[in-house]
Amino acid sequence: MVVGNSEVRVDGYDKATGRTKYYEDRMPAEALYVRIKHAEKAHAIVKSIDTTRAEAIPGVVKVLTCFDVPNIPFPTAGHPWSMDPGHQDVADRLLLNRHVRYWGDDVAVVIAENEVAANQGVRALAVEYEELPFVLDAQEAMRDGAPQLHERFPGNVLKHTASRLGDYGAAIRKPGLIKVEGTYDTPTVQHAHIENHGCFAYAENGHIVVVSSTQIPHIVRRIVGQALGRPWADIEIIKPYIGGGFGNKQDALYEPLCAWCSTQVGGRPVRIDCSREETFVSNRVRHAIRIHIVSWLNPDGTFAARKVELYSNQGAYASHGHSIVAKAMGSFPQHYPCPNMECDAWTVFTNRPAAGAMRGYGMPQASFADESNIDDCAKAVGMDPLEFRRRNIMPQGFHDNFSGNTNYFDSFRVCMAKGAALIGYDEKRREYGHDTGNIRRGIGLATFWYNTAVYPISLETSSNRMQLNLDGTVTMQCGETEIGQGADTAFAQMAADAIGLNSYRDVHVISCQDTDITPTGLGAYASRQTYVAGFSIKQTADILRGKILDYANEITRQAVSNMDIRGGNIIRRQDGSVLMSLKELAMTAQYNPVHSEHITAESTYTIRNNAYSFGCTFAEVEVDVAMCKATVKRIVNVHDCGNLINPALAEAQVHGGMSMAIGYGLSEQLLFDPKTGKPLNNNLLDYKLSTVMDHPDLEAAFVQNPEPTSPFGTKALGEPPACSGAPAIRNAILHATGVAVDRTPINPHVLFAEFSKASLIHDVWQEKEGSKNV
Amino acid sequence: MYDMKALYEAESVSDAIRLRLEHPEAQIIAGGSDVLVQMREGKRAGKELISIYGINALRGVSIDGDEALRIGSLTSFSHITRDPLIQRYINVLGEAVDQVGSPQIRNIGTIGGNTCNGVTSADSASTLHAYEAIVELTGKNGVRRLPIKDFYIKAGVVDIRAEEGEIQTAILIPKASYENTFGHYIKYGMRNAMEIASLGCSVNVRLSPDKKTIERCRIAYGVAGPVPMRAPSAEAIANGSALTEEMVTEFALSVLSDINPRDSWRASKAFRQHIAVEMARRALIASIEKAGGVIA
Repeated sequence: MVVGNSEVRVDGYDKATGRTKYYEDRMPAEALYVRIKHAEKAHAIVKSIDTTRAEAIPGVVKVLTCFDVPNIPFPTAGHPWSMDPGHQDVADRLLLNRHVRYWGDDVAVVIAENEVAANQGVRALAVEYEELPFVLDAQEAMRDGAPQLHERFPGNVLKHTASRLGDYGAAIRKPGLIKVEGTYDTPTVQHAHIENHGCFAYAENGHIVVVSSTQIPHIVRRIVGQALGRPWADIEIIKPYIGGGFGNKQDALYEPLCAWCSTQVGGRPVRIDCSREETFVSNRVRHAIRIHIVSWLNPDGTFAARKVELYSNQGAYASHGHSIVAKAMGSFPQHYPCPNMECDAWTVFTNRPAAGAMRGYGMPQASFADESNIDDCAKAVGMDPLEFRRRNIMPQGFHDNFSGNTNYFDSFRVCMAKGAALIGYDEKRREYGHDTGNIRRGIGLATFWYNTAVYPISLETSSNRMQLNLDGTVTMQCGETEIGQGADTAFAQMAADAIGLNSYRDVHVISCQDTDITPTGLGAYASRQTYVAGFSIKQTADILRGKILDYANEITRQAVSNMDIRGGNIIRRQDGSVLMSLKELAMTAQYNPVHSEHITAESTYTIRNNAYSFGCTFAEVEVDVAMCKATVKRIVNVHDCGNLINPALAEAQVHGGMSMAIGYGLSEQLLFDPKTGKPLNNNLLDYKLSTVMDHPDLEAAFVQNPEPTSPFGTKALGEPPACSGAPAIRNAILHATGVAVDRTPINPHVLFAEFSKASLIHDVWQEKEGSKNV
Repeated sequence: MYDMKALYEAESVSDAIRLRLEHPEAQIIAGGSDVLVQMREGKRAGKELISIYGINALRGVSIDGDEALRIGSLTSFSHITRDPLIQRYINVLGEAVDQVGSPQIRNIGTIGGNTCNGVTSADSASTLHAYEAIVELTGKNGVRRLPIKDFYIKAGVVDIRAEEGEIQTAILIPKASYENTFGHYIKYGMRNAMEIASLGCSVNVRLSPDKKTIERCRIAYGVAGPVPMRAPSAEAIANGSALTEEMVTEFALSVLSDINPRDSWRASKAFRQHIAVEMARRALIASIEKAGGVIA
């Protein structure tokens, strides 16, 4: 078996030696530079743009403005196309905008022969605006009289959905209930992948080719076609290796604009390379979601009723829209089943950067709110938070009718037990939490709910192509994309086992997707790659095996049913004897003068399953009260993501997510000037991404319950590691200090305010200052 | 690709002075970790640059004729941290500049650039103020030396006279300043690397021979005002005092009479004031301990 081994990444050597080619490494030398003029207003109408100074700069080829673009609104979300118009994404974008809806919106481009001239050209543009009032907060944007962003969405509400269970109103009238209420706020954050988004476009044989740093080449082809008003088949998207995405590149970003710019200069190659500052503001961000929870507890610590209201800050454009908060809302009734629930979710336009997909897709927000409230509930009834969860969390056998998912293995309780044992939860819960000095220690935990892929909300399809090479190896193309997570390696391992090859090195995965060549897949999102690719790999391998054995039957005269492929050889089942190697078979088949055959297989599998993927985080913190700082001393994640295809890569995946969760919990936040709406910290100095110096060793553990719906027993692991870290840290700080912080990031500014409020900081100097002023 | 008009590379100090006089509008560039970032942002786009980075005579740490410690202006942060003379006489400076940005920045960034950039958050600045460093400038009329507090004029502006063709050539720490003196620097940031100080505090002490009293205490802050600043009220409380907890507390609280941090989106005034007191307390205790004192 190759699956289950910690194999070295198929792209490891090339990446370590710098040989791997990213979009910039494939750049035609003659490509023109496109630089974008971003609006310096949060909400305005562009009255005019004077381009004369820019056009006079040597090297400037062309200036295009919001007055030049076609009036074709298009959607950008990296969702599968739906044949049902009611299910299609909101088309609210133009290539360049006269109606500026956030600080950083695109109003013009300068195309130049070099970067310096392009930058000078952008600085030389004179834009005249009619300023409009703006709004940055989702709930403020819902109020009467708030500034309006989109004509089609009066009141700024993109969508409102609700779910009801039992009778909340009646249930809360029961006497003796304990009410635990909180409003939990999460910030706007950005993916901050290493490679900024960029792309280049050119014309070739009547096609427009776009080479892009994207997670979703086949979806981007459709969106570029829509935006330019051209048949989708006119567009060819090529996706080379990319330096991370985390969901930001699960959107059409600047591919449509780049393709259009090329058409405006006669099909010459043009490039758009986002700077880090642009990536923070003018790509996508994570939705800031405010979640109000009212929990009504029976005296025994079980839930009588719960009300959950979620306000999701969409920013200026719809992008993934309501999908994110809908997923977040959907978790509540499943995560902690409760007989009486009222849940409402609103997605609201504001004058912030557009929010899209980001690792976790609503769950880091939902987990922070739900798991904070759970600890608050445990405290209110005087119960240990782990025990409270054991009593209330989703039971084994729980079945969700919508997704068809079943909690087959009691995953939550098993993961919590493993994590508690690893970190020594019981002892530390007793030992910590009593410090009275400046340094206070605490331990906390949080769990997360997740599911795999997007069935049944959207189409799940996976296509795969295999060809038998003359040396007995197999070349494979998948529509699922390698974005740094190690997908190609997992695919190679699964294919090796499914075909019967000796090693995953005998599978050559063509990493680059070219939509003119690669079988259609939907790309990297929803933690779905390994799960969905598994189906088409297994199905296509079976077809390939059938063709190989049919040919082997011609040569060996053995019945197909009596043969198998194992370790790269055709063997006879009855005695295990090797009949011939795959290499011999391939050579014979190819060069047989009577019956020559290039053995290939291709198929598409429509996945109509989903799978729960659960886990938890335990975190140990040390709080320096006077310095208003919390430090994570130890952190453990436990995941039940089914069978591990590659344990080393799975562990790496978890480490990355944990690092993101620490930043989400303690330091990361995109800030906006309340007076102007201008982003304040859209750079890697002022945006406090957590560094390796800010976290302890990251510990990942697994519970391997094989997922029954998957041919390889696997399910989601891409996003889950980012979901439960922040609330675990929050709950550990609560244990250490008694202070419940209901917002992230829990940075020193927040702790200063909270500790002051709780009188933990004894401000003698303030008294002294006060007396002096008197 | 950077938007620069021209780049002149100086081969010696006299060559640099000549270039400076010939191109009075030009920007001096050393390691470039500030200047190139500003150019990329468009702030100095289209400027002429004079690079002094190739002048090896401005690198290294030595003891000069007056027994002053002489730090060549082009000495990088990582070389300062690892220099034996620095470690022996003013280790706190090596520790302070070891907290700048990242290893890459500490390899390219120079102490001359750090001070000439004139920002209050520079990690070297509070320690150099606390040690009353002397800045050496060389121009067409020879050498001019001035106390570092006079070198900093206002935020982002330092006293270097382009019309004299001046460049900064060294930073000097007089013997009286470093002798028997032990210091501690605390950088307060929102994370532990790649960080700009929310507040920086550098304290140093010289104890009496019996180590019972403080003979001399100096404390300086970065980011407590538009330029790095000393806290004279606090120093007055510590000077000549016995090593007691009460003295430490009074010292720490009194910094509020001296400093003037501002409200900004990076941190509130109230937060900076709170942190300043705690940093003063901790830095004084650490300095006393390094000097071999015991607080009663």
